[in-house]
Amino acid sequence: MANWFKALGKTRNLFKETLGGIFSRDKDLDEATLEELEEELLAADVAPRLAAEVIAALDKARRGGNRSRRDVLKQVLIDQLAQTTPFTFSQLPPNACLLIVGVNGSGKTTTTAKLAHLALEEGIDPLMGAADTFRAAGSDQLRIWAEMVGCEVVAGKQGSDAAAVAYDALDACIARNRDLVVIDTAGRMHNKAPLMDELKKIVRSLNKRVPEAPQETWIVLDATIGQNALMQARFFNETIPLTGIVITKLDGSSKAGCLFSIKKELDVPIVFTGLGERKEDLVPFEAEAFVDGLLGIKDDDTGDDN
Amino acid sequence: MFDHLSNSLQKTFKNLRGYGKLSEKNVTDALREIRLALLEADVHFQVVKDFIRQVKEKALGQEVLASVSPGQQFTKCVQDELTELLGRDHKAFDLSANPTMIMMLGLHGAGKTTTTGKLAAKFSRAGRKVLLVACDIRRPAAVEQLNVLAGQVGVDVVNPNPGESVPELGMRARDRAMTQGYNLVIFDTGGRFQVDDELVRELEELRDMVNPQNTVLVVDAAMGQESVNVAQTFHERVNLTGLILTKLDGDARGGAALSIQSVVGVPIHLVGVGEKTEDLEDFHPDRLASRILGMGDVVTLVEKAQDMVDETSMAKMEKQLLKGDLNFEDMLSQMQQMKKLGPIDKLMEMMPGMPQVSAEERQRMADQGKVQSRRFEAIILSMTPKERRKPHVINAKRKQRIARGAGTRVKDVNDLIKQFNQAKKMTKKLKKQQKKLLRFSK
Repeated sequence: MANWFKALGKTRNLFKETLGGIFSRDKDLDEATLEELEEELLAADVAPRLAAEVIAALDKARRGGNRSRRDVLKQVLIDQLAQTTPFTFSQLPPNACLLIVGVNGSGKTTTTAKLAHLALEEGIDPLMGAADTFRAAGSDQLRIWAEMVGCEVVAGKQGSDAAAVAYDALDACIARNRDLVVIDTAGRMHNKAPLMDELKKIVRSLNKRVPEAPQETWIVLDATIGQNALMQARFFNETIPLTGIVITKLDGSSKAGCLFSIKKELDVPIVFTGLGERKEDLVPFEAEAFVDGLLGIKDDDTGDDN
Repeated sequence: MFDHLSNSLQKTFKNLRGYGKLSEKNVTDALREIRLALLEADVHFQVVKDFIRQVKEKALGQEVLASVSPGQQFTKCVQDELTELLGRDHKAFDLSANPTMIMMLGLHGAGKTTTTGKLAAKFSRAGRKVLLVACDIRRPAAVEQLNVLAGQVGVDVVNPNPGESVPELGMRARDRAMTQGYNLVIFDTGGRFQVDDELVRELEELRDMVNPQNTVLVVDAAMGQESVNVAQTFHERVNLTGLILTKLDGDARGGAALSIQSVVGVPIHLVGVGEKTEDLEDFHPDRLASRILGMGDVVTLVEKAQDMVDETSMAKMEKQLLKGDLNFEDMLSQMQQMKKLGPIDKLMEMMPGMPQVSAEERQRMADQGKVQSRRFEAIILSMTPKERRKPHVINAKRKQRIARGAGTRVKDVNDLIKQFNQAKKMTKKLKKQQKKLLRFSK
């Protein structure tokens, strides 16, 4: 939790008044305040239709009860995210394969390295596969990370076949008897059919080595992206079924309110959150901490914004 | 691009066109749709609020309600306001200084390094001697990435020395540019959040050291509501002179561009539309506004055609067409010219009415078109020169031989001949019309 608030702290200072602040006002929830609240949700990239629904629910609660108004809003939002049981690497079968996918610039390579670091921390013996064979110096980036994290990497040349590199990585994982291989793929625009076909090909080639592979397929979503994040998640999920979401760059001022509608539509667990550039800046996702960050509620729960 | 916004706005206007006159309720209903569409397009909520208010004021004015076709009036109203929002004029880089300095900055993963490579390609094509400076000293392999791109484009790079700070590196690069006669220097800085004070200070120091004429923010077209805060803060700290919008080849609706333009008011110079170094295009707010409203981007299409198709063969083709005797050689060269224009789905995006077709559907149509044109090309190439010049000699036996040569069925050959005959009929019509016109003018 501490990590969350350290990272989110600088965000809150920027806001003139956060949702927490609005609630701490000594004022009733009139129409103007409700509109202000809706705008704050919109500013957090919550889908416009969903924001309207949430405000309608809040309006009802205003008439109904004596529960704290902030708690109502907070609960409505947390319910949308439906807390999931935390992910552990030890729940994976031996020689498991974790495939990392996403659009360009979302933070796949950094996340891959951080995941390898987390696995090592958990006492799991990982290997990384650098299947980003397209981007200039894509595999170099993972190689440098590999040294920082202390994890081996299987890489191909720039321009070589990504599916072949992925196959080799999984093959090496089995041959060297590692617990896990985390495979980084090239960024691809979800609306480009040939690139999405390439992703299917990667999965097919993994299937050839181990029919169940990849056991986990996670999409990396950038918190600074707006409503398009839903399209990204939807298209990738249609191409290869996703089993997890990693939300990165939540240490900036963006709130990633798009996660509510993504969770609602796809029902895929949000597993990890990226909170910085260092290898240890990846933490398990916590719905309550996320909503508190979005509402600007501090961990001492006073609701004010100092 | 902007698919969804186009779709919902078009739907709204279709509804509006059904009415003879607009009531206040019609306008309010339409505006509610537009508000939602704009919000879903990631336009900042405050910008949306102002936009809706302005349009409503105009739309409820007398001239609209009393006009003959209120639906069209309303469409124009919205389009005008949208163009206004996007900034009226396209502005280019300030290239007056020698050497010209361009500082690139933005959030992580916005596409700064890729865009730097594209700019290097663009300016070095234009005959400038370009020097790149790898100022991203934090992201692993960022320096390598820039070096690979520079190698592809064929320009020089200044790399950081161990322990060198970014301003020191900037200074060294500037000195080198001065002494070695470079015209244009691009500083590729590392990704950073606008709230990271220490890193933003580094940008200020770099700026003070090299005095760039251009300070360019690189923005992901899919960026959410924070686009305004991000751009505003960077603008306050380092004084932005322009924007480059990246990843517009995705299906993001691009509201960030609208938001930043209307709040911060810096021009959008260029847009990134792909992963290759040539995938960088000029930005035109007026065209983009029409595109948002589903009116197509014919001007860009025409310019693209003029750019790519060599003029002599165009002139020849025109002459042939007017003579009215089209043959398969003309058809083949026409098809090859079309290919030069680029992927069909990108072209389709620019055609009027096409934004109504979803991105997937476009892709499917384009794939189909590609298969067919490849097949037709193979068939024409399997013809003898005589057959190409005098299509009427092609009989059943020749058709069989051609189909075998092209690896297709006779039916495909027949399809091609059918299309060819239609095209020929068209040119004959054109010829007749031209003759009539000539008679009139005499």
